[in-house]
Amino acid sequence: MAVAAYRQRGLFARPSATSGWKSWFTTVDHKKIGIMYGVTAFFFFIIGGLEAIAVRLQLAQPNGDVLSNDLYNQFFTMHGLTMIFMVVMPMGVALMNYFIPLMIGARDVAFPRLNAFSYWVFLLGGIFIYSSFFLGGAPDGGWFGYAPLSRTLPSHGMDFYAIGLQILGIASLAGAINFVVTIINMRAPGMTLLRMPVFIWMSLVTSFLLVFAMPVLSIALFQLMFDRLFEANFFNPAAGGDPLLWQHLFWVFGHPEVYILILPAMGIVSEIIPVFSRKPLFGYAAIVFAGAAIGFMGWGVWAHHMFAVGLGPIANSAFALSTMFIAVPTGVKIFNWLGTMWGGSLRFTTPMLFAIGFVSMFVIGGLSGVSHSIVPHDAQQTDTYYIVAHFHYVLFGGALFGVMAGIYYWWPKIFGHMLSEGLGKLNFWLWFIGFNLTFAPMHILGLQGMPRRIASYPDGMGWNMWNFVETIGAFVIAVSVLVFLANVAISRRKKVEAGDDPWDARTLEWSIPSPTPEYNFARVPMVHARDDFWHKKYIDTPDGEPSRVFAGGANGHDEHEDHGVHLPSPSYFPLAAAFGLPVLSYGTIYHSVVGMIAGALILVLGLFAWALEPQFAEGEGGH
Amino acid sequence: MAQTPVHGDDMATAPQAAEELHHHPGPRQYVWVAIVLAIITAAEVVIYYIPGLESVLVPFLLAFSAVKFVLVVMWFMHLKFDSHLFRRLFVTGFILAMIVFSIVLATFFLGPEAPGLTG
Amino acid sequence: MATKEAFADVGHDYTSTGLNHTKVAMWSFLGSDCLFFGAMISTYLLYRTRTLSGPTPHEIYDIPFTSVSSFVLLMSSLTMVLALAAIQRGDHRGLRIWLFATAFLGTTFIGGQIYEFTTFVEEGLKLSTSPFGSAFFMLTGLHGAHVTVGILMLLSLAGLSFSGKLNQEDSLKVEMIGLYWHFVDIVWIIIFTVVYLIPTE
Repeated sequence: MAVAAYRQRGLFARPSATSGWKSWFTTVDHKKIGIMYGVTAFFFFIIGGLEAIAVRLQLAQPNGDVLSNDLYNQFFTMHGLTMIFMVVMPMGVALMNYFIPLMIGARDVAFPRLNAFSYWVFLLGGIFIYSSFFLGGAPDGGWFGYAPLSRTLPSHGMDFYAIGLQILGIASLAGAINFVVTIINMRAPGMTLLRMPVFIWMSLVTSFLLVFAMPVLSIALFQLMFDRLFEANFFNPAAGGDPLLWQHLFWVFGHPEVYILILPAMGIVSEIIPVFSRKPLFGYAAIVFAGAAIGFMGWGVWAHHMFAVGLGPIANSAFALSTMFIAVPTGVKIFNWLGTMWGGSLRFTTPMLFAIGFVSMFVIGGLSGVSHSIVPHDAQQTDTYYIVAHFHYVLFGGALFGVMAGIYYWWPKIFGHMLSEGLGKLNFWLWFIGFNLTFAPMHILGLQGMPRRIASYPDGMGWNMWNFVETIGAFVIAVSVLVFLANVAISRRKKVEAGDDPWDARTLEWSIPSPTPEYNFARVPMVHARDDFWHKKYIDTPDGEPSRVFAGGANGHDEHEDHGVHLPSPSYFPLAAAFGLPVLSYGTIYHSVVGMIAGALILVLGLFAWALEPQFAEGEGGH
Repeated sequence: MAQTPVHGDDMATAPQAAEELHHHPGPRQYVWVAIVLAIITAAEVVIYYIPGLESVLVPFLLAFSAVKFVLVVMWFMHLKFDSHLFRRLFVTGFILAMIVFSIVLATFFLGPEAPGLTG
Repeated sequence: MATKEAFADVGHDYTSTGLNHTKVAMWSFLGSDCLFFGAMISTYLLYRTRTLSGPTPHEIYDIPFTSVSSFVLLMSSLTMVLALAAIQRGDHRGLRIWLFATAFLGTTFIGGQIYEFTTFVEEGLKLSTSPFGSAFFMLTGLHGAHVTVGILMLLSLAGLSFSGKLNQEDSLKVEMIGLYWHFVDIVWIIIFTVVYLIPTE
């Protein structure tokens, strides 16, 4: 086999450092990239939370004057955009990035530089969108950008929306393709699809949803952008444009998007509940098929976001039925999680509390969701706070609880030390109480007729008390987040060593040292069963009690050996190419041909240089 | 075991490529496919101009373009001879697009008062 | 009792399916591009009769002209697959000839598009004229952008070949760009029929 001779090319020598602060800019290591995603997403979570606090302060009392109408519109729009695209999605991606290779026995993802590119594009896209606050105003047309309002709003805010989401979409699409290939093609020998952990299955379905849904949003955004910047008429009613086209395109993306938001969290709790019940997941195959079913069926329900626009009784009935049906696979999962806990030896650790919180809060959100599927019911509920209650129960009560569970569960593997259980439990209870205090009353307010997306409400509607309570709740959530940050800081200092497998868990990532070595696995594991690591640790004895095998399954404690593992080399080009996108975007918004050409050149040249650069730098590729 | 630093990609396809050569169409077959494509395109244009064929024009055109589509995908893109995984990846996207957008258009063109027909 | 192997002894290039990563990625991307063009084509189908006071499709389309450029693009798929066949048997000269032929045909197609666009603008159809105008230009424009990216990639391949960096083992690169190119062609097969040929009554 020919050994290709790789020259060092260009003005800059290829970076080679894999430690030190500079190495983070050029890393292609999925673990570092996962950490960057997580830190960035958490930072945006704080910002999105502050936006929510501002909204709640404005709405705490009738005729609020904390925020002007214009600022309110920007804050609630950015709260939605931030939480969906810059918090929940990247948090899921952070955990997927770190743990997919570890759980399938791989040493990285399929395309390490593409992985880095996805992260930098996400970061730069988020900064791009936020820069709008300083450039005339942030997006103010709602995260859903309904036309024709979104095409006429005068500040550049919705231009930042249309283009910024395209940038984030590129990051998501690239990441999704990366994970699809990784999961399909890089599983350790013996890990058949039906031996994969459920988190991997859910990540695969999520990635397919991203692959097929993001392009539809992209077209909608191109059309909005052209309407705004180049006088097109896609959504101009005076010219025969149809606002419903926007809604269809947006929700054809938007509905699969909500499954993209929730499936990773469902995967996370499917890992956590068995560990802390000391029982295998009940009905693995049913959960897997239910997840895939949700992925498929999620494409058939989008117009339930449009029940009040006049689609007519046939369309409304069809989508009502499909929406009712999609509750079924989710119900299957709920019962399987309960079945896992039933009869198990339960340990109520912080991750387990968050996981159980996920199951219960998500059920509540699902119940209100099913009530929306009844069209006449929805005619009253739509555009009220009842809907706001629903989606916060499934997105906060669901996705965010699940993400917190994952963070507490996997923290020891990433950093090598435990998070404090005491502070963790305080974090959980404040989070749980604050969340319910904030969002439960919204069901009531909605049914009492309080509309959503309003900057203030008049006195005398009977809405004052619950609004005030909700604002208190928001502050309780804020305190809970502070407790979490305190937990992170204090635990870092105390450094209670975790060991490889502090939870006595079931999956492959716990078979390697904590924190994770750079090469992940000293030796590629051979997988013989589902929960292979568990079966290497425990063998079943005749009386049914599992018997511990000493040091069974441990992988990688002879650190003095190099193991001959060659990892893909660091690279500047993902970051360099990523810079082209915001430059191109600013150029487009401000009609600067120079800017557009510069941005396009940076992107194209960066991509070229990347394509010509070998994955392994000279000297790294062989013995 | 010596680990040679070949692009991991190529090694994985080496056994694949050897297998493919058995049913790999050669240049002659490709030219034949191209000739068929050209003939169909010519037929499409001819039918477009023949008066009196209006009622069958649309079904014919759709059928012709479908045949061209399949020919290019199966032969030029080699899907006929490759692993079925690739077929599934592509067909899923294609079918999904067809179904979802048919429904979208149906709500416009078959909806109440057919608002999509104005203009 | 036989003990099960705890560790696997696999080569650097092991994959679960025996298939190439990039090929799996490319087909996933092409599946995703079906949704992209599906959304845009649907928009066109919705808006093709919304012409305001501007030109209607059949007032403005030049079917003979577009037929020729469609034929040109179709033949470029042939030259593309001949380029792949050439590199797979180690014929570097053949590779370059057929790559240039493909790029040439693609550029001819783009030239035709540019001519068509400028003619339409002169005849009163612009992006801003009507929803039909917006949909037509965006659909064909996005397709043309895809073709242009393809041409850049073809020329890069030719460049690599000239500098001796495209070997028989690298035929995968040609295959991948070929897949992209053929996809762009099949999208045009659909566009030619649905946009140009099918009457709007």
